Amino acid sequence: MLAQFRRFTLLLLSLLLLILPLSLFAGIEDHKFESAEREALYVRLTKELRCLVCQNQNLADSNADLAKDLRQKAYEMVTDGKSHAEITEYMIARYGDFVMYSPPMKKTTYLLWIGPFVFLLLAILTLFYFLRRKPSTKDDQPLSEAELEQARRLLRKD
Amino acid sequence: MNRYILPLVAFIILAGFLAAGLKLDPREIPSPLIDKPAPAFSVPTLFDETQSIGTEVLKGQVWLLNVWASWCVACRQEHPLLNELAGQNLLTIVGLNYKDERDDAKQWLGELGNPYTVIAHDLKGNVGIDFGVYGVPESFLIDKNGQIRFKQIGPFTPDDINKKLIPLVKTLQAES
Repeated sequence: MLAQFRRFTLLLLSLLLLILPLSLFAGIEDHKFESAEREALYVRLTKELRCLVCQNQNLADSNADLAKDLRQKAYEMVTDGKSHAEITEYMIARYGDFVMYSPPMKKTTYLLWIGPFVFLLLAILTLFYFLRRKPSTKDDQPLSEAELEQARRLLRKD
Repeated sequence: MNRYILPLVAFIILAGFLAAGLKLDPREIPSPLIDKPAPAFSVPTLFDETQSIGTEVLKGQVWLLNVWASWCVACRQEHPLLNELAGQNLLTIVGLNYKDERDDAKQWLGELGNPYTVIAHDLKGNVGIDFGVYGVPESFLIDKNGQIRFKQIGPFTPDDINKKLIPLVKTLQAES
């Protein structure tokens, strides 16, 4: 009886392990920080910086080797007392704007930032144009004699 | 008739953008280092730990920095082309052995041939980070003044070498 109960508990525990999200295991290096503020900066950076190998993940979520290295680099710079601006500048100098999840506002990225709003505006204008256009008056004209005759013929068919 | 033209034009424009989008490779991220000085580094060479190699030593010549590793599959594909390029004696080819074990790297070269004049051993990948390497292989062409002039992302193809790299090397060699 006891053995059965034990086996059941073991099975239950193994099943529980299965439902643990795998993402829990991504980016779990054990880092120590001097202060909560430094730690917050590190966490913020790993969320803002993109993993360049798996392009739709940030450093915090990615398990790629490069992401690990860049996390390590970010950690070292954070503990060295570097500021947010200094660290992002360092990354951008090497990997370009693409390394930031939200690219900086500048000449080459204006279209990226403003484009969607321009399209939205265009869509709204088009919508209003079609809504406000007077309905065609052609259909309101009385039927001509020929048309009436045609209608009569169609009705008579039944 | 008019009511069909507008959607057709809109469709053609959209299709044009999508077709152009298909040709873009999202993996190719333009490097901010082009036309900037190559990052300074100095690391031990692969074959002799006591010797070091770095940007300073290579000043004054046109050189190619090829980032490779024995664990990199695409490097294997590119390797014969580098051997061939080395045979032409056009420029110094420097290898950056990226995050690799010495023995693995040496064995790999023993098998496939060694096109490199000298190989820097970047065990931790720190030089790689300074060059903004995010995928191997990558190659950087550096001019006599130590400026990066061209970056190849991914393996070279014969066309890349013959039509892009070699003409550029010749231009750079002619510069003072």
